[in-house]
Amino acid sequence: MPVPQKHAAVKTTQEFNTRAQSKAPVAKGVKVIGRKKDDDDRIDTGEEEWMQGKTLVKPPDQLDLTEAELKEELTRILTANNPHAPQNIVRYNFKESCYKPISSVDQMAVHFVLEGNLVHKDSHEARRQVAKQGVTEDMIVEDVVAEEEKPDTPVTGQLEGGEDMAEGEDGGGEERPDSVDIRAGKKEQKLTNQFNFSERASQTLNNPPRERSCQTRPPPRAHFSSTANQWEIYDFYVEELQRQEKNKEKQKAQPSKKEEDKIKKKMITVETQSDDITKITKVSKIIEHMVNQNTFDDVAQDFRYFEDASDEFREQEGTLLPLWKFQYDRAKRLSVTSLCWNKKHKDFFAVGLGSYDFTKQGHGMLLFNSLKNPTYPEFIFTTLSSVMCVDIHENLSYLVAVGFYDGCVAVYNLKEHSDQPAYMSTAKTGKHTDPVWQVKWQKDDLDSNHNFFSVSSDGRVVSWTLVKNELVFTDIINLSLDSTACGTAFDFHKQIDYLFLVGTLDGKIHKCSKSYSSQFLETYDAHNMAVDAVRWNHHHPDVFISCSTDWKVKIWDHTITTPMFTFDLNAAVGDVVWGPYSSTVFAAVTNDGKIHVFDLSINKFEALCQQAVVAKKTKLSHIEFNPVHPILIVGDDRGYVTSLKLSPNLRKKPKEKKGQELPKGPEVEIDKMEKLLSLLRESGSNQA
Amino acid sequence: MAETADSKKDEADYKRLHSFPLIRHTDMSEEMRVETMELCVTACEKFATNNESAAKMIKESMDKKFGSSWHVVIGEGFGFEITHEVKNLLYMFFGGSLAVCVWKCS
Repeated sequence: MPVPQKHAAVKTTQEFNTRAQSKAPVAKGVKVIGRKKDDDDRIDTGEEEWMQGKTLVKPPDQLDLTEAELKEELTRILTANNPHAPQNIVRYNFKESCYKPISSVDQMAVHFVLEGNLVHKDSHEARRQVAKQGVTEDMIVEDVVAEEEKPDTPVTGQLEGGEDMAEGEDGGGEERPDSVDIRAGKKEQKLTNQFNFSERASQTLNNPPRERSCQTRPPPRAHFSSTANQWEIYDFYVEELQRQEKNKEKQKAQPSKKEEDKIKKKMITVETQSDDITKITKVSKIIEHMVNQNTFDDVAQDFRYFEDASDEFREQEGTLLPLWKFQYDRAKRLSVTSLCWNKKHKDFFAVGLGSYDFTKQGHGMLLFNSLKNPTYPEFIFTTLSSVMCVDIHENLSYLVAVGFYDGCVAVYNLKEHSDQPAYMSTAKTGKHTDPVWQVKWQKDDLDSNHNFFSVSSDGRVVSWTLVKNELVFTDIINLSLDSTACGTAFDFHKQIDYLFLVGTLDGKIHKCSKSYSSQFLETYDAHNMAVDAVRWNHHHPDVFISCSTDWKVKIWDHTITTPMFTFDLNAAVGDVVWGPYSSTVFAAVTNDGKIHVFDLSINKFEALCQQAVVAKKTKLSHIEFNPVHPILIVGDDRGYVTSLKLSPNLRKKPKEKKGQELPKGPEVEIDKMEKLLSLLRESGSNQA
Repeated sequence: MAETADSKKDEADYKRLHSFPLIRHTDMSEEMRVETMELCVTACEKFATNNESAAKMIKESMDKKFGSSWHVVIGEGFGFEITHEVKNLLYMFFGGSLAVCVWKCS
């Protein structure tokens, strides 16, 4: 296909040439020169190209063919076979040791070979060259790179000598330097001759070395030396065994020690807590009282002014009005075992807390309450053993004697701000071996030492004297003179100093003297069960009262061995007390939670008041009259203490007759009782 | 004969009574003391006839448990004067006739 086209092109140029030669002879010379120039370097301006067209060089011996000859088709088949290749080459085959024709013959014929000097820029050769030249002369590297880039530019004659190109390129480089630079930048990194380098080193100033060291303190050491041999080992083993045996003996005592420690710890913590506020203790206490007074204003009003109006419409019966109720959270599970009013501060009373139950023995507690502050005790003492009895000294109201379930007696001094008793009996100093049921302060002895008595189930009545720092004991009487007897209660005669009564577990009451330790002055076969309380009358010197678990309350003349009065209260009687304001009034508490108040001058047979004051199933254990105010306090087995006001009927004075001044004073009270007794004596003698 | 029998009985009693471990001297903490004592008992019971092995066992176990450089002496009769790190000494008797001294000193 290209062949005919070429011919056509040739034809047109020929025509054009002839036309130009004929029609414009003037311009011929110029044009020839231009054409020659064109032919030389083939640089055509656009104008000349379309004007002239291309002229082809014709070989001189080209055949001139006619049209018909040109159109004639000559069919030639081109094959890959070389027509000149020999067909019959025979070579000696060593394997078969004979000549053999070779079937495959080289069909390729080489007519011309020209080794080019162009190298592909990515080839190894190019790289090598570039590397070689680039190191020696940077410029050349650049040039070579540029040269290799060039082939697509229209500049001709690039195939000529490298030096010419370099020159030409210099010019081009000047024209547009940035393009070259950009290209160079785009180029992948230059290859460096890794064998051609020069080493350069420098050293900065070295910091002068400085030595620093420290040594930790070695772990502390100690020396130890000993000798081990058979006899030492043996001795130590024997010693240890002995120690163990001792420990076994002590084990019973140990738990209590631990408890003691615990309690001590507790107390210490309490102390430390209270340390910072000690300065304002007094103030805060006053404030507390004020707040309580406001809170319990109605109760305080009742305490002072309320009189049960309904009493006027009743003949004899009276009522009890509950006032404050005292409780303390930590004492909830303990039962009240004793109550004692402070004789000096009439609003102040002590409460002993513990347990009567042998199987439930634990710690005890000693609280001091004031009517002014029913919410929280003024003093709190925790004890190791149940507190069984309390007595406050009549004159020195800060001294409090306490008897414990474990047989110890102790004296607390409220002035000392300590949690431990000021005096405490120990096993060495004659402590009781059984619970101490009652303690009672006595008048100071001849050496003006304070002393008190105690009675215990172990049958001893002991006098305790406070000498300096210790309690000195003296056995006054041993109840087991005739048989084993356990003391449960005692009371000292108000006037006759040596005379006292002791109630026992088997129901007997002994009249004893402090001076005769070997015999009883009298023995009353009083009750069938344990005597819970025995008390002398406040006014009449001969009369005492006793109560027992056998439900009975009995009133006695100590000169007569039979009871003057007997009352059956239908429940175990826990405690009985004489009223301080009248010789004929007494009150008793029973296990069924009732308080019974009697006034013999009004009714010799029945109680003026029988009132249950606590919840069902709660047992009342103790009762005390306030020495001045017409109120009672009762303690129950849940740790509560209730205060109650006696209604007017219960403290009725004999009606004053008009114009007649009734005599007052103890004589009257004695007379009152005496009148009753005489009646009975008479009737008794009549019956007899 | 009776005497010998008695003495034998006494001896048996002695062995029986004195078989428990008994700490003669220690300044270890409670926890460490208990552990060490148990270890000593175990070792002495395991190697009842070979004190050397027992000592080795104790030493190696102590090294593992409480860090290295423990020293152990076991014997029926010996005297010693040692320097030990404080809180790392146990001197005990065991089985009525053995004395074991364990201490650390590095």
